[in-house]
This record gives sequence, structure tokens and C-alpha cells, in this order.
Amino acid sequence: MTRFEANGRAVEVAVEPRMTLADCLRDVLRLTGTHIGCEHGVCGACTVLVDGEAVRACLMLAVQAEGRRVTTVEGLSHDDTLTPLQQAFRKHHALQCGFCTPGMITTAHALLSEEPDCDADRVREVLSGNICRCTGYIPIIEAVLEARSAYRGDGRAGDDGERR
Amino acid sequence: MRNTFIGAAIERREDLRFLRGRGQYVGDLAPNGLLHAVVLRSAAAHGRIRAIDAAAALKIPGVHAVITAKDMPGGPPIIPMRLQPLPAFKPFEQPVIAADKVRYVGEPLALVLADSAAIGEDALEAIAVDIEALPAVTDRAGAQNGGSLLFEAAGSNIALEFRATRGDAAAAFAGAAYRRRERLKVQRHFGLTLEPRGVLAEWDAAQGRLRVFGAAKVPFFNRRILAAQIGLPEDAIDMVENDVGGGFGARGEFYPEDFLIPFAARQVGRPVKWIEDRRENLMAMNHARDAEADIEIACAADGTILGLRGETFADMGAYMRTNGAVGARNVAQFMSGPYRIPAIDIAATLVMTNKTPVGTYRGPGRFETDFFRERLFDMVANELGIDRVEFRRRNLVAEREMPYALATITPYEHKDELDSGDYRITLARCLAEFGWTEKAKLQGVLIDGRYHGLALGCFIEGGGAGPKESARVALEPDGAIAVYLGSSAVGQGVETVFAQIAADALELPIERIRAVFHGSTGYVSDGYGAYHSRSVVMGGSALLDAAEKFRAALRAAAAQRLGCDARAVAIGEDNVAGPDGRALPLTDFAGLSAEGAFHNKKHTYTYGAHAAHVTVDPKTGHVAIVDYVAVEDVGRIINPMTLNGQVIGSLVQGLGGAFLEHLVYDENGQLLTGSLMDYRLPTASDFPNLRSIVLDMKPSPINPLGAKGAGEGGIIPAGGVIANAVANSLTAFGAEPRELPLSPPRVWALLEEARMGNANGE
Repeated sequence: MTRFEANGRAVEVAVEPRMTLADCLRDVLRLTGTHIGCEHGVCGACTVLVDGEAVRACLMLAVQAEGRRVTTVEGLSHDDTLTPLQQAFRKHHALQCGFCTPGMITTAHALLSEEPDCDADRVREVLSGNICRCTGYIPIIEAVLEARSAYRGDGRAGDDGERR
Repeated sequence: MRNTFIGAAIERREDLRFLRGRGQYVGDLAPNGLLHAVVLRSAAAHGRIRAIDAAAALKIPGVHAVITAKDMPGGPPIIPMRLQPLPAFKPFEQPVIAADKVRYVGEPLALVLADSAAIGEDALEAIAVDIEALPAVTDRAGAQNGGSLLFEAAGSNIALEFRATRGDAAAAFAGAAYRRRERLKVQRHFGLTLEPRGVLAEWDAAQGRLRVFGAAKVPFFNRRILAAQIGLPEDAIDMVENDVGGGFGARGEFYPEDFLIPFAARQVGRPVKWIEDRRENLMAMNHARDAEADIEIACAADGTILGLRGETFADMGAYMRTNGAVGARNVAQFMSGPYRIPAIDIAATLVMTNKTPVGTYRGPGRFETDFFRERLFDMVANELGIDRVEFRRRNLVAEREMPYALATITPYEHKDELDSGDYRITLARCLAEFGWTEKAKLQGVLIDGRYHGLALGCFIEGGGAGPKESARVALEPDGAIAVYLGSSAVGQGVETVFAQIAADALELPIERIRAVFHGSTGYVSDGYGAYHSRSVVMGGSALLDAAEKFRAALRAAAAQRLGCDARAVAIGEDNVAGPDGRALPLTDFAGLSAEGAFHNKKHTYTYGAHAAHVTVDPKTGHVAIVDYVAVEDVGRIINPMTLNGQVIGSLVQGLGGAFLEHLVYDENGQLLTGSLMDYRLPTASDFPNLRSIVLDMKPSPINPLGAKGAGEGGIIPAGGVIANAVANSLTAFGAEPRELPLSPPRVWALLEEARMGNANGE
């Protein structure tokens, strides 16, 4: 049995040692917001937060999540409203087909949680590990830059279950 | 018809689910009793199948079945062509699974059904395949010499020759003061979608019904193919469109797996799901581009173009797939682009090779042919000593010449014409926004170790393929409206854009358009899908018709109850009223529904211009984009936000084709770029300086919305404009790029060759 926390909930899963965290989240826990785009760590669609850090769920085994705190895009969402980061994505048309979006949101959330004052070059550098085929990236960068203010001071925007 | 929401930058309704991880893509579905399918693909590029032995695989616990061609009585079905289904292509069409021969690395040999994809992948390694290797044909020369034939019965590796003709080319060239001939090449790359392909099929034996999830692009057409192949009436098959992670022309065509998965589900009586992995995707999804040109232009001394002639070649890969001929055809027909070229004679030869079959990729044939044409134009303007802007401006088709006949394609006898527009508007706007005059002094100049280069190009973008599209409008019990479309969503924002059109057509607030259903075969009687930038043009016009019919039906129903003439009924947002002021609530008419259609065989032509400013590092061959301006006129803008998104997204894909993306094969037909580490895609840090300007100056006269296609304009001119900018930065060396992609090694090699050539010349 592997025990970890998924989006604030304690879970216990019986998985083969070879199962990736991405497959475990999607197929076992049915958290299908985490998308699989390449399974070799290039595209970033499967990015989740493990103890607050952006991690490619296709490059981590489920058993390695033992005792960790895993947050997926579902865990960054509220039922009725969009978070400031999500609102900025919508406002800037930073998504089209939506397939890369969960990985972009989790990666940007991890970045802004650590570096709410990052500049455009830093945003581009960090998000260059996530592939988007639809938007050309420019609106994604604009959205992340706009969302910075929500991560400064007390206005912590995303809710990954952690208050730093 | 109001004009309240059309033209407004409305935020997308799709975003609410996508941003919260609540989209539902085909891979997210997991019905009870699901089996996972995995495809065994050929590791050989060309060979004869001697044996496939799955005995060991079947012994693995969790493996339920292994399906091969032998399980298909009468042999595996053949996938017919959807577009340009000419008799000459028949011998080259693809069976759904290899039976006697394999013709490319990645061709399906067997399908494993297992409790999980992981067990299925274990089983792949336990299947023994015996293939007698044959020499692989990997390039045009190998295809043309016919030493190794892919299809012995066809007797040749040449599938067809298209010819695009207009006027008398021989006469135009005979009398011309100036001619130039060039050989140019665009590399194989493709419309990689971030979501790999996937199919899930459920067979209901009791009802005799098949449900196929993961449909995209052209579900109605694919249903016709599947029904014929699998022996079911069309109405016994439901094609269900889920959220779709990108289309770009490549997803949603009928692929081998679109038969294999439903066939397997029917065989085993359980739901079967197949999700492509990225390695398969790179070798199994339609490849594209891969074209060469050997063309010659004739001009008068003042730069007026008199004629264009020559040969082009397109590498089809191993089979003619559903839309495989489109790119080659377009290369020939659209080489003239937005320019007045009175005499044209271009041949397009389609050659078969042992590589993944090709299909369309956003701007099919147009990206390639714009690179050929615009590259040639810059060389001509330079040689004639005419300003490159003036050369283009002088030769653009003028508004008074519309409609303007394009070259005719044979076989097919397809005639086409430019519908409308003033091409000088977008050129002038592009130059002004770009600041061409001020930047011109940078042309070819070395600053801080980098050479600066500027270029521009003009383009057309065809859209609105017919023959028809359908739409339906229905009133729900609470007074909300549901819209049903024959158009498909591939991530472009169909639900939002069509809600805007519906709200204005029905004269209702947009919130009342509760849902826009699209893509699945159950929604309208007949649908034609999403390709050739047709959704807004065709589906939008069909929706106007449906809305008009809905309002007429509502008036008629109200008139009956109000005892008045239908023409006297006034439709409000919440009720309908007669001339005497008596009103009935709209909800009284819940269930009312009307289907509309739009028929059209002509094409719309969006047009525009791009300009680029690049710098080149001569030591590394690295090219940086300092500024890039894209301007296009789409006739009528429904949503400027999603339109700009299409332009920039499309442009970055074009820059991927100009600089990075390349499907490379070795001489044995092995794909060398089978991962995203090797097949380089643009990332967030590559192209930050791009600008899009969208206009609605000249509505199309051939549809009631006045709309023209959008979404492909960004990609079409990108290769030509970038290559010209690189060439212009390197005028000091006389380096002329004639082949894409302009990766750093190629630019560096180009410079080295030019340096050596210059040294030898001195």
C-alpha cells in the first residue's frame, strides 16, 4: 500500500511498483485533470505539485509519493469561482484546446508561490518546459504576469492547501 | 439579426472546465469492463510478412486477445480517400492492418487487448514477427527510379501528377525579358497535437449499436467509412466527440485505429480503449509538407510577372490517406497566392516512399508553396534591382479584378477563384505597423555581432469548404436555447463563437444560449465538420438559417394561439406578442426546434501580409526574431480575442516549421526523430516578439455572415518570410536559403558554403 495526500485528502492505493504517479492519479484516483502528453518528461502536461514543488507526474513513480502531499489542477480549483491565476488565463485567452492547461496552471502556480515578483524572462524560462501547441505562448506569459499581484503579500491566490 | 455579440471579445465558456481540470478528453473515459488496446507496429520500413506468432503473448495473464489481419475474413478493409478520391489513387490506399507487406515503420501489424496498457505493452514484446526485408524507398529519386516498388501491382511509385494551368505559359516565357529558375525544398513535419490520438468503442450486442468516442474533425464522414467497413447501417453507429486536444488538420481523419478499435470491441463484447503514446504518434499520425519545387518565373523588365512554370514533388509516404493529396494539389494551385500571374503551368508529382503516410497540416500545401514563391520573389526583386515591397505591390491582384480565377487543377477539373478583397490594404497596414521604412536602414547591417534582416510576404488563406453544413436550434423548458452543430470542435472555441452568432441571430442575451453541442453524429441530420477553415463560414451560416427558421416556426405557432397573422407576431426576449398586445411566455413553446443548412461550393479567401525582423549570429547560425507583424482581413470577425489567438498560435506553429520541426529518416526508412527530445517544438522562450492585427474590411460576398476562414493565416507565410529575412540579413555573404528548416546548423552551413564560394570566386 502506498499512502499519500491527494488534494488535501489522505489516500491509500495498491499499485504496481512500475506505475507512474500520472497513471495512478488518472486511472486509480480518477483525477483526470492531470494530462499525459509524452510520458518522457518533455511536454509538461502532467505537471503536479509534490510538497508544493512542480513535478512531472510521468517521471515519478506512484510509490515515490509515499508520505508526500500531491496537488493536481483539481486541487487548485474552487467549486464556483476561478482563482486569480485561472481568471488571468481566461482573460488573456491563454488556452485553446485546454490539454496543456493543467500543467501550465500547476507550473505557474508553483513559480508564483515562490517568486511572485518574477519578470517576463523568468516566466518564459520556467514555462519553456511546458509545451502548448495552440496559443503560441504569448497570452500564457501575459496571464502569468498579470496573476503575480495575487501572490504577493497576504493575497495568496492559489489554494494548494498550504499557507507559507 | 442583431450585432451585439458578434465582433466582441467575449471570454470563452470552454475555459471554465479546462482551467479546473474538468475537461473530458477521450483518454479520461473509463467505462466498466474496459479493455486496453495496444498496437504492434512494424519496425521494418519495407518488407513481406512471413509470420506473426502471438502464442507467447496470449499466455501472459491479463492478455485477452491478439488481433491480426487473419482475423478479418476477406482481408482487412481499405481506408478510402475523403478528398480528391481519384481512381488513380485506389491502388495506394491503406488497409487497416498490414496483411502481406509492411510499407513504413509504424504500420499496424497486430492489436493486443489487455487489462491494462502496461500489460498490453508487455505482450507486444512477446509477439514474434518474421518479416522478409525489402529495399526501402526513402526519397524522391529512389521512388522515381522504381528499383523497389511499394505496390507491385501498380507498377510504379508515382501515384499521380496534378497539373495547375492558367493562360499560355509557353508564350509568356517565350517573350519574357527576364527569367529565373530555382530549386527549393520544405522538410517533412506535421500537425503534432498535444493530446495524442485516442479511440474508445462500446458494442451493445442487444441493441446492435456501436458507440465510438474520440471522434473529431469529420465524424459524419468517418461514420460512413466505418459503417461500410464493419457491416452496420450508419444509424447504428454513434460517433461521440469529446473534448479534443488540438486538431491542426491531422487529428480526426480516418486512421487504421478508427476501424481496429470498434472491430475489437465487437469481437470481445467489451469496451475497448486505445490511447496513442507519443512515440507512436510521431510515426503513425499523418505526416505533412515534405515537398520540393523546381520552378521558373518570367517577368517583364519592370518586374511585372508574366508567368510561372515548373515541377513540384510531394512525398506521400507509404499510402494515400484520406486527405493525402490535398497538400500536393494546393502547392500547385496556390503557388500564385494573392498575385496576378496570367500564365501558369505547374506540375505536381506525388511519389510514394517507405515513410509514414502524409495528410494535411494547417495551411496544407500553402505553407510550402508560399515559401517557394516568396523566396523566388525576393531573389527576382534583388536581381532586377526593384524594391521588394514595390515588386509585390505591383503584382497583387487588384480589387477590381475580383472574382479572380486561380489556376485550374487537372485531373479533377477544379476551378476556383479569389472571392473578394483589397490586398493592398493589408500590405500597407503591415508595413505601417511594422515600421518598414524606419527599419529599412537595418537591412543586412551587422550590429553587436548579429546581422539584421527584414522581409515581408503576402498571402491568401482558403476557407469555407462545401458542400454543406447543418445546424439546429431548440428551445428548452426554461426558455434557454440549445444549439446543435454539424461543425466540430478541435480546441478553437466553437462553443463561445457559435453562442455569439446564435445570440445575435435569435436576438437574445448570450446567457440564454445555454449550450452549444457539436461534433457528435446524434445532433444534426448531417454534418461536415472542421477542416479548411470552414466552421464559422459554413456552420455559422447554417446557424443563421436555423435561427431564421426557428423564429418563423415560433411566429407560426404563436399566431395559431393568438389568432393572428404570423407576420404580425413580435418575438421578445421572454415572450411573443400579437398585434393586440396579448403576449405568451416563450416557455409555452418549449420543445420547438428548427434545423437549418447552408450550401456553398465556392471558397472564401482571407488575405494578409506578414513582416519580420530577424538577427543572425554568424558564429552559431542562431536566428532571433526581433519583431514580427501579422495582418489579415477575415471579412467579418466574430470574436477578435479568439481570432488573434488563432493567428499567433498558427504563426508559432509556422515558426516551428521554419526553424525547428523536422521528421528525419535514415536510408533504411527508420524514423530518427521518434521523441519530443528529437522532434523539436517551439517553447515559451523561443518567439516572444510577435504581433497580430486582424481586420474586417472586405466581407465575403458568398455567405450571409460575410465571414472568411481564419486560423490558418498565421502559418501560411511564415516559412517564406523567415527565410527571406535570414537571406536579407546575410546579403554580405550572398547566402540564399533554399531549404527549411533554418536550424542553427543549417544557417551556419549556409554561411560556410557562401564564405567558401566567395573565397573560391576571388
